[in-house]
Amino acid sequence: MKILVCISHVPDTTSKINFTDGDTKFDTNGVQFVINPNDEFGLTRAMWFKEKQGATVDVVNVGGPETEPTLRKALAIGADGAIRVNTPATDGFAVAKQLADVIKNGGYDLVIAGRESIDYNGGMVPGMIAGLIDANFVNNCISLEVDGTNAKAVREIDGGKETVSTTLPLVIGGQKGLVEESDLRIPNMRGIMMARQKPLTIVEPNGTTTETTTVKFEKPAPKGAVKLVSPDNLDELVNLLHNEVKVI
Amino acid sequence: MSVLVYTESEKGNFKKIALEVASYAKAVANQMGTTVTAITINANDTSELGKHGVDKVLKVNNPKLDTFNAKTYADIIKQAAEKEGSKVVVVSSSADSKYLAPLLAVQLHAGYASNVVAAPTSASPFTVKRTAFTNKAFNFTTIDTDVKIVGVSNNSFGLVENSGSASAEDFSPSILENGVHVDSVDKATNKVSIADAEIVVSAGRGLKGPENWGMVEELASVLGAATACSKPVSDLGWRPHSEHVGQTGKPVAANLYIAIGISGAIQHLAGINASKVKVVINTDPEAPFFKAADYGVVGDAFDVVPRLTEKLKEFKAQNA
Repeated sequence: MKILVCISHVPDTTSKINFTDGDTKFDTNGVQFVINPNDEFGLTRAMWFKEKQGATVDVVNVGGPETEPTLRKALAIGADGAIRVNTPATDGFAVAKQLADVIKNGGYDLVIAGRESIDYNGGMVPGMIAGLIDANFVNNCISLEVDGTNAKAVREIDGGKETVSTTLPLVIGGQKGLVEESDLRIPNMRGIMMARQKPLTIVEPNGTTTETTTVKFEKPAPKGAVKLVSPDNLDELVNLLHNEVKVI
Repeated sequence: MSVLVYTESEKGNFKKIALEVASYAKAVANQMGTTVTAITINANDTSELGKHGVDKVLKVNNPKLDTFNAKTYADIIKQAAEKEGSKVVVVSSSADSKYLAPLLAVQLHAGYASNVVAAPTSASPFTVKRTAFTNKAFNFTTIDTDVKIVGVSNNSFGLVENSGSASAEDFSPSILENGVHVDSVDKATNKVSIADAEIVVSAGRGLKGPENWGMVEELASVLGAATACSKPVSDLGWRPHSEHVGQTGKPVAANLYIAIGISGAIQHLAGINASKVKVVINTDPEAPFFKAADYGVVGDAFDVVPRLTEKLKEFKAQNA
C-alpha cells in the first residue's frame, strides 16, 4: 500500500495572530510553525500501517521553501520520503489541484489529510482531492482499518458516529481518534539524523488555478473584562443571562 | 438564477440550522434581486421553509436516501443547482454539509467559502466574512468563480422570519451509486448534540472524577443543553471522545457556553471562542479562562453548580 499524508505547515496554536500590510498578510514574525495537528494524527496512523502492514508513506506539502523544516519533521517521525510542490498555498482548491497531480503521478492508494488546517480552517482540501481524482472519501475520520483493498472507517457525525465500509483508492479527512494524543511521536535523534538522508523532492506546480481570494483580515473586537458574580449571589447570574445577554 | 439552499432534515424534520441557512439564502437573494429555492431530501412538512424566506422547494423523496451519503447527496444538490441555474448555493456547517460541500464544489466548478459568519459584504465581487485561525481572526474572501458555495457557520446568522410561503415541487434526480457504504449509525437520540445545541455545559478536570458528572448533566438538562468536556477529561476516559470540544475536538458555536472546572488552555479556547456568551465557574481566580469569559464565578463547582441548577429550575418554573 502506498500512502500519501498531506501536511499543512501552520502556526503553532499558542502563536499570536497578527497581520501586516494593511491587514492583508499574516505576520509570520516570531511565529513557530508546526505540522497541522489534524495531519499529525493521520501521519501517526500512517506509521502504524507502515510498521504493521508494510506500507510506504510519503508526505507532501504545497508551499515555499520555508515549509521544509515541517516536512523534515514528518520524515524524522518516520515517513519514507517527502514532496514539496513549489508554489504558495493560495486557496483550498489550488492546493487540492496540485495534490491531485502528485497523487496521480505517484500512484497512491490511500491519501490521509487532516479534516482542516488550524490556520485557514477551510476544511475543503481532502474532499476536493477526492472529487478531483474520483476516489472514495471519508471525512471526520476517527478510525481506519485497511485489509487488502477494503477499508473500514468510522466517521464522527453530529451527535454520534457512523461506521462505513469502502475500498481503495481512498481519501481520508482525519482528526484525533485516528490515533490518540498519547500515540503521537516526538522525533528522536536517530530519526532526525535519518531524516537528513531521506529524499525531499521539489516538484514545480502544474499551472495555478484559484477560486477564492483572501482580501483582508480582521481581528475580533477586544473583549471586555469578565464580570464576576459572587457565588453567594447566583440569582444575579441568572438575571444577567436572562436580561442582559438574553441567552436563557 | 435562484439562490439554492440545502435544508437538512433528520427523520423528516428540519434541523434548526436548515432554517438558519434558509434565512441566510434569503439575505443573499435580496442582495442579488432573485428568489430562493430549497432542496430537501426526505423531509415531511416543508411549510416552515416559506416562513424563513424560501420561495420554492424541490422535494426529493426516496427511501434509498434515508441514510446520508456525501457523494450521492452532493450529486443531487448539483442536479438541483443546474435545474435552477443557481449561481449561489448555501449549505450549513453541520458535519454532513462540511462533508459534501467540497465534493459539490468540484462537481459545480464552484469556489467554496466555509465558516461564513455574515451576509455577503458585497455581491460583486462576491465577498464573505469567515472565521480563520481557529476563531482568532476573520478573513474577507472573494469567491471568484461563476458558481459560488457558501457554508454558513452554525448559530452565526440566526433565524429570520417573514410572512412568505413556499411552493413545493417533487424532484426526482438520478441517484448516484458510490463506493462508501454506511454499515451502522450510532447516535444518542435522547440527547442534544453539541452541533445543534444553543447552550453547551462543559466540564473539566476540576470535577475530579467521572462519578461527579451527574450535576453537570442535571444543569444541562434544566437548560436543554448539550454536555461537553475538555481534552484531559476525554483523554482520561472520564467522558466519551464525542464530547471533547476544543481545537482538536468538536468546535462549539453556542449562544451560551458554561465551563465548569476548566482552566482554559489556549487549545480549548480556540474551539469554543465562537460561542456568544461564556460563563466560567472555577475555584482558581487566576485560571486563564476568566480572561476569555463574559461572566465568572470564583467558587467550588461542587457548591456552585447544584445551587445554580436550583436557581435555574426556579427561573424556568416562573418563566414557563
